[in-house]
Amino acid sequence: MAQIFAYIVHKGGVADDSALELITAAKKIDAGANVTAIVAGSGADLDKVCNEMTESYKEVYKINSEAMAYPNAEVIRKALVNILPADCICLIPHNTFGMDMGPGLSIKMDSAYVSDVVAIEGIEGSTLKVIRQEFGGQVSTHVDCDISSGAIVTVRPGPFPPDESKGAGGQVVDKSGDIGDISAKRKYLETVLQEAGDVDITKSDVLVSVGRGIEDEENIELAKELAEAMGADVSCSRPIVDAKWLDKSRQVGTSGQTVKPKVYMAMGISGSFQHLGGIKGSPFIVAVNKNPKAPIFQVADVGIIADILEFMPELTEVLNESK
Amino acid sequence: MEILVCVKRVPDTEENEIELNSEGNDIERDDLVYSVNEWDNYAVEEAIQLVDEHGGSVTVVTVGDEESEEVLRREMAMGAEKGILVSDDSFENADGKGIATILKSIVEKGNYDLILTGAQGDAGAAEVGGMLAALLDLPYASLVNKIEVTGDTGLKVGREVEGGDQEMNEISLPCVLSIQTGINEPRYVGIRGIRKVASVEIPTLSASDLGLAADSVGAGAAKIKKVDYFLPDLGEGAEMLEGSTDEIIEKLVEMLKAKGGLQ
Repeated sequence: MAQIFAYIVHKGGVADDSALELITAAKKIDAGANVTAIVAGSGADLDKVCNEMTESYKEVYKINSEAMAYPNAEVIRKALVNILPADCICLIPHNTFGMDMGPGLSIKMDSAYVSDVVAIEGIEGSTLKVIRQEFGGQVSTHVDCDISSGAIVTVRPGPFPPDESKGAGGQVVDKSGDIGDISAKRKYLETVLQEAGDVDITKSDVLVSVGRGIEDEENIELAKELAEAMGADVSCSRPIVDAKWLDKSRQVGTSGQTVKPKVYMAMGISGSFQHLGGIKGSPFIVAVNKNPKAPIFQVADVGIIADILEFMPELTEVLNESK
Repeated sequence: MEILVCVKRVPDTEENEIELNSEGNDIERDDLVYSVNEWDNYAVEEAIQLVDEHGGSVTVVTVGDEESEEVLRREMAMGAEKGILVSDDSFENADGKGIATILKSIVEKGNYDLILTGAQGDAGAAEVGGMLAALLDLPYASLVNKIEVTGDTGLKVGREVEGGDQEMNEISLPCVLSIQTGINEPRYVGIRGIRKVASVEIPTLSASDLGLAADSVGAGAAKIKKVDYFLPDLGEGAEMLEGSTDEIIEKLVEMLKAKGGLQ
């Protein structure tokens, strides 16, 4: 059985939620696996995360370098190529870091690469059997991955519940001396924080959230009118911000805001996992969409198959009349 | 600045309902409308804007069948000067590394300062750009939502990271970048624009033109194989409200009242 590693993403001395989800994923590959955590970083933050991980992982590889104070994918990839044994399976969260590092790591390790895995069915011989999604989550696919020369697997945040069992009593193994040449042609400068907008949607109890189904900038008005009738705020999915129809501060999703409303009205939103990743706290989700196969209907509490351009004004009218 | 942009012809899944074919080994493609992958279109627009400001030219390349030529023409109508179609039966069922290997041979035939891909395609793998960079030993940044030319040898690039924050990096040229949507506003392409480039010759290159052994990039070399397609388990799914619009709205308003959705 190939050795399994889990790459721990962390920030400010705290491990990302994915750190414990990867244990669950690893156990789907091999129920008896002794998974090794890899934590790269520098200083006190690194030690804090390593110690935290010893509660959940039997073995924690610590990679300490000034150059890793910020997780530069090129720097960390070079170190991992020197530290990871050939033919291992390395799990990485499918987030903005995993997407940045994973593909190149697989090339340099000469390993298979399978990304954004949502389920793992196990191993048969040298084949790892996983499930992925395509076409924005509308279709799933069984994928066979040849792991005879190892595999880099990026795991979607969310579908694998965190392994909270703790009590692993793990050891930290300092691998900092094995990183080799980590000089890079890409240098991290700074992080520019998202500017606050006129409305803080993270504090809203009710959101009328619009997606591609709004079709045209002038139709945003329909969402604003509905929001006003409901006493809600307007938020949106990524395409609306890409089109510059609403400010980025109103975007719900992993690359936007994380919201925790009581009620979430998904209007013409297909429901990509990046969008759903920004909705927390189990709100009551109402989805209105023309496409009966839109993935949003899998997660919504209530679904209505309709054109939002017709449905929203009618709902607005009924609400205004009853006032 | 010589820029190569890698593009792909994909089904437009926003406008189409995706169904499975009867064998379950693919989606039903007959009635689908195809277009350029959305992320790639932003990449082409970005390349054109860079060339407008700093000189040079944009080349678009795609790996696909004959029909993929329409996507190249569309991007040339936007302002890309040259198009390259890479097509060979032996490429069928190539995995991400196979596609990256094909693109590597294209990059090596040219003299590019910058290579752009979309951040992801229809399979959502987000892998080809990073693999291509590693195969070429060039620096790479993914999910790029800002490019600033800082000199002859470098760029300042912004990456979109969690929470809408932007991670700024310096990166040396040549390099590979994968482009996130929203980096710019891609120009509109009309029928007239496409007509203008209708007669421009687009070379088609095969595996042997690129010196690629038939079994080095296709199904035989692929470590990743799709077994079948299936519709996701809907689980409980949503309670679908049916009936007339009035009935649906009445039910919905009741639910919203109960859940605190009407403030």
